Amino acid sequence: MAKHETPLLDQLESGPWPSFVSDLKQEAEKRAKNEAGLELQIPVDVVDDLLGVLELSFKHGKTHWKHGGIVGVFGYGGGVIGRYCDQPEMFPGVAHFHTVRVAQPAGKYYTTKYLKELCDLWDFRGSGITNMHGSTGDIILIGTTTPQLEEIFYEMSHNMDQDLGGSGSNLRTPADCIGQSRCEYACYDTQDICHHLTIEYQDELHRPAFPYKFKFKFDGCPNCCVASIARSDLSFIGTWKDDIRIDQEAVAGYVGGEFLPNGGAHAGRDWGAFDIQKEVVDLCPTGCMKYEGKKLQINTRECTRCMHCINVMPRALRIGQETGCSILAGAKAPILDGAQMGSLLVPFVEVNPDNDYQAIKDVIEPIWDWWMEEGKNRERLGELIKRQGFQRLLEATGIEPVPQHVKEPRTNPYIFWKEEEVEGGWTRDIDEFRKDHKR
Amino acid sequence: MEQEEAAEKIIEALKKKLKTKSKFYFNDLAKILEMKPRPAKKFITQMVVDCQLEYWSSGSTSMYGLPGTGKQAAAEHED
Repeated sequence: MAKHETPLLDQLESGPWPSFVSDLKQEAEKRAKNEAGLELQIPVDVVDDLLGVLELSFKHGKTHWKHGGIVGVFGYGGGVIGRYCDQPEMFPGVAHFHTVRVAQPAGKYYTTKYLKELCDLWDFRGSGITNMHGSTGDIILIGTTTPQLEEIFYEMSHNMDQDLGGSGSNLRTPADCIGQSRCEYACYDTQDICHHLTIEYQDELHRPAFPYKFKFKFDGCPNCCVASIARSDLSFIGTWKDDIRIDQEAVAGYVGGEFLPNGGAHAGRDWGAFDIQKEVVDLCPTGCMKYEGKKLQINTRECTRCMHCINVMPRALRIGQETGCSILAGAKAPILDGAQMGSLLVPFVEVNPDNDYQAIKDVIEPIWDWWMEEGKNRERLGELIKRQGFQRLLEATGIEPVPQHVKEPRTNPYIFWKEEEVEGGWTRDIDEFRKDHKR
Repeated sequence: MEQEEAAEKIIEALKKKLKTKSKFYFNDLAKILEMKPRPAKKFITQMVVDCQLEYWSSGSTSMYGLPGTGKQAAAEHED
């Protein structure tokens, strides 16, 4: 029988969707039975008490968790988040209920052996409750007590080749799409750079010195499966410089109905025969395509790499061969000033593992220096860019203004000339000026 | 600046403010040292290793404090 009555939570189970309440009840029962005979290191009724405190929060309409804490593992300023219940007598099982963030592998590729080891460790030293994965991308282990933290960290770092993730005013655990391991659209090896920069920037990941959180995310192509453009302070999106490769025979195959558009993704009902003009050419956002005389043509100069045509006809159209990535800066979720998407900072940069991605590090590090010096406490990079201006970001990174930095010419330009950049400076001969311009 | 001198400066400044404040942002500490963030970080990190400072985290923001100070330590039975 359940330790606490939870009528409000029970109601949540009545909907059509799988319920986390059912999952928690199942875990509570499993811990109570303890069929594996584990010497459980935290209270056996931790999950019952979690359900109890959640029920009470629903009843009161307010949280019963305290904010933050000093706990962690030695030398790390992130990876562990202290959580304490403000009703410890009523719910002793969750009096200490700390969260542990664990760095996920690049592309989230796991072996079942690893997952089993991780879950065994968490059943033994934690609540058994996991969140696979948190919004940033890490594995989140929810609920343990302070004495278990170093034990968990030792086991992970010594026997599982596993590090903690980022939290607090740190570089957060970098995240990426599956990239070239399974996706033909990927313009660079997202997993390699994600792993490389995670190792390279260990100090930034574990020892907080930033004004606030900072996120990297790596998307192999502009389809942006990781949504880096919306979710990361620095977003790396694969792109290419040269032409989309066109296989005209395969284009004819789509037009003739030999191949299903979108890989057959819209096969749920009969949408009629594939119409290349209506479904591809007319939907090109820049109008850079035409289909004439059974030949598809693309004006690369006007193409913005939106990926629509490639997604519809992947057998016929392939990304170019001169690949790299674009870097966008300043995306964030709403806390101050609402949500922001990333602004394009570097239209194209090589992604070169042979020199340890130096060209990309040359962009990252000056941005950090500028933000660390100029950013206010709890100010995200995107907010600093908004406060001081995009031009200041260009100055800090030494990047020359280019037309791609300007969203709409002549309306709200980011870029202003300085006197030293203009031939002759600001001084002018008024008489000379009046020759051509009457009052 | 030597590590010992930096530590003394920070501990003295933090003790002075203890009546009103027990947790400090990284930038507050860099200002005490009158240094840019990167060189200041080396001293501050070493102070954590030497147990002269401790981290505090809300989960989203990190701060620093003198060990055992503030409500947190007593409230959480970690002292």
